[in-house]
Amino acid sequence: MSMDGAEVLKRTLIEDEAAILDAWYASLREGTSLQSGRIREAELQTQAKAVYGQLRDALANGGVDADGEQYTLLREALADISRSRAIQGFTPTDTANFVFSLKAPVFAAIGKAHGTDAATLAAGTWAASKVLDRLGLHTMEVFLASREEVIGRQGQEIAELSTPVVRLWDGILALPLIGTLDSARTGVVMENLLQAIVDEEAEIAIIDITGVPTVDTLVAQHLLKTVAAARLMGADCFVSGIRPQIAQTMVHLGVELNVVSKATLADAFALALRQTGRKVVRQQASAEGRR
Amino acid sequence: MDRIPILKLGGVLIVTIQVDMHDRLALALEEDLTAMIVRTGARAVLIEISALEIVDSFIGRMLVSIAAVSRVLDADTVVAGMRPAVAITLVELGLELTGIKTALNVERGMALIQSRLAEEDGFGGDREAHEG
Amino acid sequence: MKPTKVETLPIRSGDDVVRVRQRVRALAIEIGLGLVDQTKFVTAASELARNALDYGGGGEVRAEIVQAGMRKGLCLTFEDEGPGIADIEQAMTDHYTSGGGLGLGLGGAKRLSNEFHIESTPGAGTRVTIARWK
Repeated sequence: MSMDGAEVLKRTLIEDEAAILDAWYASLREGTSLQSGRIREAELQTQAKAVYGQLRDALANGGVDADGEQYTLLREALADISRSRAIQGFTPTDTANFVFSLKAPVFAAIGKAHGTDAATLAAGTWAASKVLDRLGLHTMEVFLASREEVIGRQGQEIAELSTPVVRLWDGILALPLIGTLDSARTGVVMENLLQAIVDEEAEIAIIDITGVPTVDTLVAQHLLKTVAAARLMGADCFVSGIRPQIAQTMVHLGVELNVVSKATLADAFALALRQTGRKVVRQQASAEGRR
Repeated sequence: MDRIPILKLGGVLIVTIQVDMHDRLALALEEDLTAMIVRTGARAVLIEISALEIVDSFIGRMLVSIAAVSRVLDADTVVAGMRPAVAITLVELGLELTGIKTALNVERGMALIQSRLAEEDGFGGDREAHEG
Repeated sequence: MKPTKVETLPIRSGDDVVRVRQRVRALAIEIGLGLVDQTKFVTAASELARNALDYGGGGEVRAEIVQAGMRKGLCLTFEDEGPGIADIEQAMTDHYTSGGGLGLGLGGAKRLSNEFHIESTPGAGTRVTIARWK
């Protein structure tokens, strides 16, 4: 008489635990995770043993629905493992193989126990396949989610790092932009600059684009929007550092920058000082100060 | 129905918008301001909006028409204290605050108005205005 | 895409427009939108709510928090049973208005959202859906 697949899997995991674990360890040892030196064999075995135990318990209580409540603990354990691997820089294959490499030992054990009963063998193998595949996919989902989180955070950090707003003088700010401007980054740039205008009560902000490799229509549009927003808040915005090649490209592309622009940051700063009623004078022998 | 209070300081009418602008409230403010400019002969209107969390096209239109009416009555309009997020949104919305001067805060707004008035009265101001 | 939270608000008066703004702000904060994105989306909602009130004679808005894969978003559907829009393309054009507004409502709402969808049947009403993703 053939048995229910879940029952077969459950019994096999209990009865043949030692042999399956040994084979799993061996398979993990051959995998690339250890060779990369990112994890020690002892740690890998501890994780494997813990996961095995939880799988056995989940099967005993909750059948083969790996999305079910009985599998919560196991799913959480696997999620923890996946997350730490994503951060440690494991490849997706290494991460997925942690679960998938359990398949061969389990299939072998089921084969050994029920080799003569085709129906039972098939049912057991199918149940094992179903559970392990689902768990493998689960580890991948968590792995990708963690990676994405890391990437998102880095992107945010880079955007913030790369847009320092500096105070040149009382009420005069400068934003030296370096690198390519895309919409996401420009958003952060815009916000930082406008917030700095509020914080510093700045009358004038200079956006210096000396370090921006290309200015296309989109970038020009972003710049114009920033300037327009600054004006709405009551501050003036100059653009400086348009290199000769960029000026030419802009003219060829038909990009118009309808803002006050100066060749260098120094020129823009001089204009800003003038507009705020200040001037820089060379100190004579008996000279007065510079303000 | 509440109304937004209008203060008079010298020749300047000052309005601080502290509540989420209701459409009817906006229309009432426009009416009140117009009446008040005529009654007091005010030379400028200063609208402080640092508490406004959004300015949509309706409120934007109110500001623009207050400025237009004021101009007819020979008064300048200055909007002060617009939040960065609001400014970015207005630009994206495509709304231009034509004819409105802007300032970072009330203090700057008053300074701007004073220098404009001095200029008009022939004393010559040295500050340039920000056209919104 | 499955909504994890749905609520419906009426748009019958100017007070309702203010309430829609406040509710959309709260939901935008709930899905973790930044301050600028919140402001953009609340402004878009304000435009559409007022459109539904002024041109559609009132209606309602359905707000849904949706989860698509790993992204969270806020989806708003404005519905009215007003006269509808005969020429949507024209209505979307900036500065075009049929009712004395600035004519920035629809185009502006589109620019302030990540997704924008409009359908209208003359005589039966208008439905505008906008979404903003985290």
